[in-house]
Amino acid sequence: MDISIHTTFLPHTDPDASLAFYRDTLGFEVRKDVAYGGRRWITVGPAGQPATSIVLEPPAADPGLTDDERRTIAEMMAKGTYARLILATADLDAIFDRLQASGAEVIQEPIDQPYGVRDCAFRDPAGNHIRINQLR
Amino acid sequence: MTATSKPAPAHHLRDLARLRRVRDRIDREYAQPLDVEALARGVHMSAGHLSRQFRLAYGESPYSYLMTRRIERAMALLRRGDLSVTEICFEVGCASLGTFTTRFTELVGMPPGAYRRQGGPDIAGIPACVSKQVTRPIRNQEAPPGDPPLD
Repeated sequence: MDISIHTTFLPHTDPDASLAFYRDTLGFEVRKDVAYGGRRWITVGPAGQPATSIVLEPPAADPGLTDDERRTIAEMMAKGTYARLILATADLDAIFDRLQASGAEVIQEPIDQPYGVRDCAFRDPAGNHIRINQLR
Repeated sequence: MTATSKPAPAHHLRDLARLRRVRDRIDREYAQPLDVEALARGVHMSAGHLSRQFRLAYGESPYSYLMTRRIERAMALLRRGDLSVTEICFEVGCASLGTFTTRFTELVGMPPGAYRRQGGPDIAGIPACVSKQVTRPIRNQEAPPGDPPLD
C-alpha cells in the first residue's frame, strides 16, 4: 500500500491572522483561498511538499452539528483543548526565534524531553496547539 | 459548558482565552517561583476569580495544575536518576520539601524516593505527544488514600 497524508484540517477564528501565522511566520505557501457564504477555507503547506496540505477552515462548518456542539467547539478552541498538530524542522532554534519575534504565544521553549525528543510549542492565532520537533 | 442552544458570547470566549494563557504560562514557567497571585496579576484578574474560573474551565484549580506540572517534571528527573529528591524539589519550583513530598505521594501513589528507586514506566517507542499525556500525573487518578506506604 502506498498512502500519503494528503490533507489535514485546523480551525481558525480569524482567517487573516491564521494566514499571517502560517504564511508569513512559518513560511508555508498558500495553495488555495476560497471564500464561500462569508466563510473562508485556506489551503497552506510547506514549500517543496505539494502532496501535503493543511486546510485552515471555519470551525463547525458541518451543518450536521447541533448548536450545543458548535458552542462546545468554540469554547474548547478558546481554552486551548481542541486541535493540535506536530511539525518538524532541521533548525528548531531558528524557527522558535522567528515565532517568538512574531509575537506568537509560546507554550514551551526548545527543550530535550525525557522521552528523547527535542521540541518547542506554540499557540496559533486560533488557540490550536502547535508543537515543533527537531529533526535528528 | 452549560447546555444552552445559544452561541458562546464573545466575552465568554475571551475569558476562556485568558485562562488558556494562564495555563500555558504554568506549562512554560512552572519552575519559577510562580503563585496564583502572580498568575492572576498577569491577566488582570483577582486570585479568587482566577481560581474559580480556571477550575470551572479545566476541572482543577491553577494551584493544583501548577503542582501537577511540577510533579510531572519531577517524575522525569527522578527517572533520570542523577539528582537527589531535595535537588529535584527545588529544580521544579517547589519551595517546600514537605509540600512537594506530600503532593507527589498523593498523585503518584508513592513517595519520590521510592519512585526513584523503582524507576518509571517503559515508554520507549511511544510518540512524544502521547508520552507526554500518558506519563503526566492526573489529579483524578490519584492513589486511593488507604494505600499502604511503599517507602
